[in-house]
Amino acid sequence: MDIQNLLVISVGAILISNFVLSRFLGICPYIGVSRQMDSAVGMGLAVIFVMAIASAVTWVIYTYFLMPTHANILFILFGKEGQSPTDLTFLQTITFIFVIASLVQFVEMVIQKTSPGLHRSLGIYLPLITTNCAVLGVSFLNIDSGYNFMESLVNGMASGIGFTLALVLMAGLREKLETARVPKAMQGAPIAFVMAGLMALAFMGFSGLSLG
Amino acid sequence: MSVGKLFGKGIVSDNPVFRLLLGLCPVLATSTSVFNAIGMGVSVIFVLLCSNILVSSIRHFIPQKIRIPIYICIIATFVTIVDMVLAGFMPELHKSLGMFIKLIVVNCIILGRAEAFASRNNPFHAIIDALGMGIGFTLAMIAVATFREILGNGTWFGMPVLGTSFEPVLLMILSPGAFFTIGLITGFLNWLDHRKRIPHAVLNG
Repeated sequence: MDIQNLLVISVGAILISNFVLSRFLGICPYIGVSRQMDSAVGMGLAVIFVMAIASAVTWVIYTYFLMPTHANILFILFGKEGQSPTDLTFLQTITFIFVIASLVQFVEMVIQKTSPGLHRSLGIYLPLITTNCAVLGVSFLNIDSGYNFMESLVNGMASGIGFTLALVLMAGLREKLETARVPKAMQGAPIAFVMAGLMALAFMGFSGLSLG
Repeated sequence: MSVGKLFGKGIVSDNPVFRLLLGLCPVLATSTSVFNAIGMGVSVIFVLLCSNILVSSIRHFIPQKIRIPIYICIIATFVTIVDMVLAGFMPELHKSLGMFIKLIVVNCIILGRAEAFASRNNPFHAIIDALGMGIGFTLAMIAVATFREILGNGTWFGMPVLGTSFEPVLLMILSPGAFFTIGLITGFLNWLDHRKRIPHAVLNG
């Protein structure tokens, strides 16, 4: 396993192509849940958790159930001698969204049973994550970039950390902004967008980092 | 509610992007040029229209408890159709919209309309609602893309508009430009709203 490679992937996902600020994924929670620090941290942790698991599971599903290879489990079970494996990759979208939706439900049930404390703090954010495009986005991204299993897992976790970083920074700024005098028309979402723009500008500075 | 009012609701008073702040990811990501914006808008209209019609026509047969997975399944099917059609016939547009075509499946506008409107109304009203919301979304995308393309590239829909002496503001094409544009447009719409509520006497006196 190449540790350096994994490090490059994580720095890339956290800072250089930050999920929120440069890839534009997960904007809805970024604007919606960033009013208070507590909820931002809770949402962020839930996203890191779900993104890491979803990356791993969708990678396995794609590689062993949808790709037309001889390692395809459906081919091993149902394929006949001399037949070539069927290409099922067109089912990618529909499979991934179902896997993620049921995964989120499952994770919620497990957390509820095993640690009620964690469930109290993360519980309300978990159902919201199903329609968070960042989770589905990272699954597509892993496949499109041709990552292997470990790289996908690391990319999922690092992307979640990048999302949390942007969300927590934003929540800190918005708490300060409560006391600032903002023109009436710009209050709420508009000023949040402008601040996000400034933050994106700052994060563009990281694109000068040369990796590898 | 009259048909005209229902149609206009999605475009003006309940505009999904500027008023409800739904489905923002594709608005920010694919509004670098007016051409991309229209491509994305038409894809969303198609998926929204088809899913609204289907959900509304089978609304009496959908069991209450598993309605969300059924909606997602319907939406994902139409998204796959759009994805394959674009990949086959407009490969360049498909490439520049990238992942965001597939991500229409988690666009809150579509699931939101299926749940809040199509599941409670007849197919005719669902079509009107889908068209209103879809066109409202597309117009919002075109508005954002217009600012970004003119300032960032000096062109509109690929045609040069600002002459050769204009130095393009590269920032507008990059990610900060998207956030600034949408922030300023929502702010401007809020300002118009506040102005309308103040009586003229106060403004003039």
